[in-house]
Amino acid sequence: MAWTRKDLLGLEELSKEEIEFILATAASFKEVSTREIKKVPALRGKTVVNLFYEPSTRTRVSFEVAAKRLSADVINIATETSSVKKGETLIDTGRNIEALKADIIVVRHNCSGASAMLARHVGISVVNAGDGWHEHPTQALLDIFTLKEKLGRIEGLNVSIVGDIAHSRVARSNIWGLTKLGAKVTVCAPKTLIPPGIEQMGANVTNDIDEALRNADAVNVLRMQFERDETAVFPEQLEYFKRFGITEERLQKARKNIIVMHPGPINRGIEMSSEVADGVNSVILEQVTNGIAVRMSVLFLVAQARDNIKKNENIN
Amino acid sequence: MTILKKMKILIKGGRVIDPANNIDKICDILTRDSLIVKVTENIKEAADYTIEAAGRIVMPGIVDMHVHLREPGREDKETISSGTGAALKGGVTSLLAMPNTFPVPDSVESIRLIKSIIKKSARANVFIAGAITKCRQGRELADIAGLKKEGLIAISDDGSSVDSDAVMSEAFKIAKKEKMLVVCHCEDKTLSANGVVNSGLTSTRMGLRGISKESEYKRIERDIALAEKARASVHIAHVSCGESVEIIAKARKKGVKVTCETAPHYFALHEEAVLGFDANMKINPPLRSKDDMLSIRQGLADGTIDAIASDHAPHTENEKEIEFERAEFGTIGLETELAVSISHLVLPGFLDWAGLVKKLAVNPANILGISKGSLGAGCDADIIIVSPDKEWVVEKTGIVSRSKNSAFLRKNLKGSVEYTILSGQIAYKA
Repeated sequence: MAWTRKDLLGLEELSKEEIEFILATAASFKEVSTREIKKVPALRGKTVVNLFYEPSTRTRVSFEVAAKRLSADVINIATETSSVKKGETLIDTGRNIEALKADIIVVRHNCSGASAMLARHVGISVVNAGDGWHEHPTQALLDIFTLKEKLGRIEGLNVSIVGDIAHSRVARSNIWGLTKLGAKVTVCAPKTLIPPGIEQMGANVTNDIDEALRNADAVNVLRMQFERDETAVFPEQLEYFKRFGITEERLQKARKNIIVMHPGPINRGIEMSSEVADGVNSVILEQVTNGIAVRMSVLFLVAQARDNIKKNENIN
Repeated sequence: MTILKKMKILIKGGRVIDPANNIDKICDILTRDSLIVKVTENIKEAADYTIEAAGRIVMPGIVDMHVHLREPGREDKETISSGTGAALKGGVTSLLAMPNTFPVPDSVESIRLIKSIIKKSARANVFIAGAITKCRQGRELADIAGLKKEGLIAISDDGSSVDSDAVMSEAFKIAKKEKMLVVCHCEDKTLSANGVVNSGLTSTRMGLRGISKESEYKRIERDIALAEKARASVHIAHVSCGESVEIIAKARKKGVKVTCETAPHYFALHEEAVLGFDANMKINPPLRSKDDMLSIRQGLADGTIDAIASDHAPHTENEKEIEFERAEFGTIGLETELAVSISHLVLPGFLDWAGLVKKLAVNPANILGISKGSLGAGCDADIIIVSPDKEWVVEKTGIVSRSKNSAFLRKNLKGSVEYTILSGQIAYKA
């Protein structure tokens, strides 16, 4: 197939084939990071702008490393120090970046739909690095990439996602991506953190962690964002660990080779014990490594799609 | 309003639809000065202006009982002049202006101020809905008796619901005494919280906070109960979901004096329209499920829903072209309500033409107690002539309203107003 999207906004709108194409492209890029000179010229002469409206180290650095390994020039804009502070709108900021002749905007924003809105108003590529509670497509892609690398397939796998499903863009993107590729997804959380209608997105729901772990090939443990303001729906931290925390004891009742994932940063002793985070089932650091390959793939594909769009415009 | 010229208009050969007088036939209408003088076949009298209306629908001007004109206070969004101009283009000759302006029409002084602007600049009949409570804050009742003395016919805190049962109870009692209609915006904020789209699969898919249907229909239940106790009339604004329709039908069966309206977006669109994060689809109450949309159509067809009103809610581009959850709620609707109703109710057979005219003109006039919505001899000559099959696409460039935030942008619609006659004068011509 040919990749034709100039933007990557979410996994909901992607087909199974498109997701597999990103993963296959990522697999071919993974080797670059093992070379002595960790660089290919795929995006030489292109400019990638990381536009982050939320504090993020991990995702921003991952995109920056990915872009640099593709030989792109990278500019980071943290909104605390930019004209956004002076009241500039997202659209105006986007158009200014476009006027600088940048090629890709990687945007992280606390409002759901922000990347979609930006993509409607600029001609250059937009990659969603997380928008509100909506989607975090590259995180889900790297989770799926890691799973596939470990288990050889996605189809037929049982994957449980544990934690604050209601407020999680990682959960949503994972549900779309995994179900499209044929995995069975179960979400597990206290009732107050299960959003309405999630079953219709294709996920099973349970409030029992042992049930979520019982037949799981993998468990993706979400960060509990206790720093959020909606305190009313959140259980107390220790109480949460008791009821939902992933411990060695709980893992002993699960499949022996169950894969434990976490998008980071981990709250040790809240979502999982330190033993589990650092244990044999954990692939958390491999996820970080794979994130580079997946983001290289995404940046490369959207840039290529836009080049093709421009070429066609010139022909016509 | 413009000074009336002595004038005779003859509308020839149109299909006159006047359910108030049980008329649906091809005939002529003659107006003189501001009144209709004759409705019959083959009028031979000479007129100053003759309109050939063969193949056209001739109906009473629309009475839109839910419009936000924004003036005074937010003239950047809309003015009384621009809003009534949009009304004329949409075939609306009378409208009820909602009270969320600055100042709020909660006192004799503020009413007089608004009346003076209307007198100066309104291009259609504007009725003012006074506030129920001072500053629409839900705490202390407005001077409802004073508003009545100023000639007001309805009160509402639209945009907000009166949360306090005690205050609302008292409002119904006084409204009953003063013979004022209470128009209720039914929303329990403790349930809708900071929601922005329909609660359920849509809010979850989009990662947005939801507005539950309970937040609407529980408040409808309360307002009906309080009105019943006071034996007052209550009108429920912008009904959006099936449960609300059922509750209203049940109450009416019991004998409660309850009427209600819905808006075109609730029978023409449903929640899937918001999935692209288009803030023009961000409306309160939110676009509901497809089933709810069908319940609204059914409620219109079976008579539970009395009226169609636009809930015309203009907002500037910089209040809409921003992050979805930060954008203002609402869509404009004056210029599209007729065409949306024709396209989504008449053409698919939910309403016949007489039924449509009832929802758009006869019933709202009756609910408000104003002598509009009829084409009988001696009635005000507020008449529209509609080309029923004309197809058009809603484009920003054609919009008369000062704001362009239409949920129907780029949509194909059927039915368009050719003439709007207001008080016997041609106020708009396509």
